[in-house]
Amino acid sequence: MTQTFGDFVELLAGDGEYLKIGFHPSSIPLQQRWRNNGLSADFLADYLSTFFPGEDVASAERQSQIKDAVGYIANELLENCMKYSYASKQHLVSIEMFLAPEAITLYTSNGIEPACIGPFQEFIQRLLSEDIDALYTEQLERSAEDSDGSASGMGFLTMLSDYGVKIAWRFSLPSQPGDEVAVTTMVRMPL
Amino acid sequence: MDILHEDYQVQYDEATATVRCSGSFRLHGDEYKPVLDLLTHAADAKPAMLTLDVRELQFLNSSGINTLSKFVLQVRKHDTSQVVVQGSTRYPWQEKSLKNLQRLLPALKLDIV
Repeated sequence: MTQTFGDFVELLAGDGEYLKIGFHPSSIPLQQRWRNNGLSADFLADYLSTFFPGEDVASAERQSQIKDAVGYIANELLENCMKYSYASKQHLVSIEMFLAPEAITLYTSNGIEPACIGPFQEFIQRLLSEDIDALYTEQLERSAEDSDGSASGMGFLTMLSDYGVKIAWRFSLPSQPGDEVAVTTMVRMPL
Repeated sequence: MDILHEDYQVQYDEATATVRCSGSFRLHGDEYKPVLDLLTHAADAKPAMLTLDVRELQFLNSSGINTLSKFVLQVRKHDTSQVVVQGSTRYPWQEKSLKNLQRLLPALKLDIV
């Protein structure tokens, strides 16, 4: 059974070109995993930029914008996976990127700590229903007052506010006791 | 007090009241504390004009945005310094995201060239 928030567009192998990276969240210490976020995000952004050759000033500018956006968004998505993923035996963390003429679509998937699901879904509802500019400022003030600044949601808010993307989430709920909940986050960037 | 890391650097020039950030900020949680301490130190000196130069900052994650926001709120609390943030169009994120600091401090001057 699944529960979806936002306009979740499902893309599968065959729906254009795609790239997928998967890894086990608990296989290496957090510090190294964190470094891996940047490497993976940069790799996706660099790889994608070859599809947008910068042959003149305008296309070089477009290439730079797309590379920068994908690098930021992929990094934030992976950081979220690392911060909130369950020490899961059932779910790998994965990031997928689909390229189509109309949009670049990124998906991350990870197991999620049961206690995190309620607050996360409440925040998702706010992201989908409230004025993003007002929510951005509210969260910026709140997270700046927060000593560790970790539970902020600023990654999603920055994507929505500054990068003009659509975000949706799909929760895969357990079919039997003991199964873990997995969440897939979709970020769709129109081209 | 300067922070000179392989991936990122933060330098404070007290004489010109300028903090320069360069490299890539991809830190998490508490890893930003030394950066925030340096920024807070610069804000607490309460110069008339305080410059944050991020022209060579290639990447800033959302925890880094939080860190810069805390700095701006510290300046706002003192209400004594004019803040100038210098950015570059070379890194597209700067034009997209630095303006958000003005939500916290509308008098903040943004100089992106």
